[in-house]
Amino acid sequence: MFCMNKIVSKENLSENVVKLEIEAPLIAKARKAGHFVIVKIGQKGERIPLTIAAADTEKGTITLVVQKVGVSSTRLCNLNVGDEITDLVGPLGKATHIENVGTVVCAGGGVGVAPLLPIVEAFKKAGNRVITVLAARTKELVILEEQMRQYSDEVIVMTDDGSYGKKGLVTEGIEEVIKREKVNLCVSIGPAVMMKFVSLLTKKYGIPTIVSLNTIMVDGTGMCGACRISVGGKTKFVCVDGPEFDAHQVDFDEMLLRLSAYKEEEKADHYKIQQ
Amino acid sequence: MIQENRNQAWREELRKSMKTKERTDIPRVHMNELDPHYRAGNQEEVNRGLTAEQAVGESRRCLDCPNPACMEGCPVNINIPGFVKNIERGEFLEAARILKATSALPAVCGRVCPQEKQCELHCIYTQKLKKEPVAIGYLERFAADYEQKSGQISIPEIPHKNGIKVAAVGSGPAGLSFAGDMAKLGYSVTVFEALHEIGGVLKYGIPEFRLPNSVVDVEIESLKKMGVHFIKNCIVGKTISIQALEEDGFKGIFVGSGAGLPRFMNIPGENLIGVMSSNEYLTRVNLMDAANPESDTPVAKGKTVAVIGGGNTAMDSVRTALRLGAERAIIVYRRSEEEMPARIEEVKHAKEEGVEFMTLHNPIAYFGDEKGRVKTMRLQKMELGEPDASGRRSPVEIPGATEDITVDVVIVSVGVSPNPLVPQSVEGLKVSKWGTIEVNENMQSSIPMIFAGGDIVRGGATVILAMGDGRKAAAAMDEYLK
Repeated sequence: MFCMNKIVSKENLSENVVKLEIEAPLIAKARKAGHFVIVKIGQKGERIPLTIAAADTEKGTITLVVQKVGVSSTRLCNLNVGDEITDLVGPLGKATHIENVGTVVCAGGGVGVAPLLPIVEAFKKAGNRVITVLAARTKELVILEEQMRQYSDEVIVMTDDGSYGKKGLVTEGIEEVIKREKVNLCVSIGPAVMMKFVSLLTKKYGIPTIVSLNTIMVDGTGMCGACRISVGGKTKFVCVDGPEFDAHQVDFDEMLLRLSAYKEEEKADHYKIQQ
Repeated sequence: MIQENRNQAWREELRKSMKTKERTDIPRVHMNELDPHYRAGNQEEVNRGLTAEQAVGESRRCLDCPNPACMEGCPVNINIPGFVKNIERGEFLEAARILKATSALPAVCGRVCPQEKQCELHCIYTQKLKKEPVAIGYLERFAADYEQKSGQISIPEIPHKNGIKVAAVGSGPAGLSFAGDMAKLGYSVTVFEALHEIGGVLKYGIPEFRLPNSVVDVEIESLKKMGVHFIKNCIVGKTISIQALEEDGFKGIFVGSGAGLPRFMNIPGENLIGVMSSNEYLTRVNLMDAANPESDTPVAKGKTVAVIGGGNTAMDSVRTALRLGAERAIIVYRRSEEEMPARIEEVKHAKEEGVEFMTLHNPIAYFGDEKGRVKTMRLQKMELGEPDASGRRSPVEIPGATEDITVDVVIVSVGVSPNPLVPQSVEGLKVSKWGTIEVNENMQSSIPMIFAGGDIVRGGATVILAMGDGRKAAAAMDEYLK
């Protein structure tokens, strides 16, 4: 019943983004869209949260999409098929609230596109019209487009440099849809700055918006409070109260500062992953 | 049984071997401690334990009372005179065996129990003779350590296995003591732990200098030898449902998931970088080994570290801060030292190591720099007023008296709330308005097969009370499953 979190497949989605399929039958069975896991690599590893991108209950696997950013994510990306993840626990957090609301715009940026995938799928299956906006710096960094098309009524691709899809930011893609048709809900996952600007945009148009936040965590079960943010002036724990929140209530500026809490230490730790 | 033991020939002989006056004239032993200046710079255990000679000497003070009041003060009812008198006659392993008959973790309890409020408070020396009590805690630790070091660790006898599967949720003191008792009764016990280490608060919370991990690990090894099965990285209610456990043949479940949710004060600036809960700080250092450069987990190391609160966790945090190199480590507490809930020994150790105490001060705001890092804390000066609901004199603000202090790390240690993770994910489980699991006098919840104990029931208590709950739940579950 309890297995060793073995990596069964690995695919490079772009230069710094890796897709890993990991044996974890219990998590695969229990997880819903929006859930995350905590991963730790090695005995001296750090516990980091990663939102689940997909699961296969028959194979008993979950899929994580990871971008090399710091020491821990790089350690994870450097693992190969057959390797085991030292510690893996989940599913954690609250699942996405899925219902038929009408038209949903799902906007993903960077590696945030991965956790957006199960949400796109769930909203589609609940009977919504789903328009997906994928944003990346350049063509090579656009990920999971094919899978998104499977569950989206329309996919709009935005690149910063115009090398693929339309040239522009994610917000421009969303605004185009808003101007064109009635949007009932927006879901956005990506870098914190991106979510901040999506939130500002949809607030202007009065469109309810959900964001999935990826803050610093230690245990991921409500024990430490490292992940706390302000939502509507109240302190919330991303791990147990989230990870999804009403974007218009989130204090993004505070969250952006808190994300930089260990920037110096992270820089100093880089030697650990240089070969 | 206790009386029977007391009437054994060797005990009677031992009692007669010294006059009461001779016994009561012996001064209480002092714990051997590391030098404060040396120890404040490392994680080595501060209390070094007693030598065999010291332990035997101290055990002679015990009068082997016909009605040992000390036992009434013990939440798990340890046969105190029984083990103390075995120390006196030099049978240290037998002393350890007696401890283990009722306590799953004697080496832990000998270190972290508040004996001064329990057994030692009820000791005839405290009550009648107005002298310092027999050092029961030191002696407990001595016997348990002696056994650990002897290489002859006794594993309690297991009757034939009854084939019934039971589970413990959480591997802290409550879960471990439940597991030990159920294994002794012949059950097949599986302990599920959410974190990647077994031991709960004994590992993530209590620092190495007060309770070395190796001591905890020996006790866990003993449980493994008794057949207890441990599964890490598994959250019952999340990874696996109670229903799935039932389908898998588990007949009883004990929830000892702890009081994991840290409280904050909801004052301005509390989310600045550098302000964190004691749970976060201690978890980083104890569980994640963040002070070690080899560890991938970072921890904020401040020059001036303020710890808010006056409990044991606050003392653990402030002493940890010193060991991480803080130049100033300050306890900020809103009442006076007399009202502090921390053990006297912890306060003494903290002071010896150079911790500053700002009692009758309460933070009201934090201010940060342009990068969002805490820079200053504003303290409100307090005075003591009338006793409040807790029976302690309540702190009252002195109008207009505030003080600003430069800090770079603030650790908030003002208590914890029950972790909602398990209660929330079990349908039909009755939970109080404080989020604790409601249980009857047998530790049984509103769902008959689910029992609970420790901080998830009490809200925030001690290791020994959690262990007492685990024992009680084991006895009751055994009755229920018969």
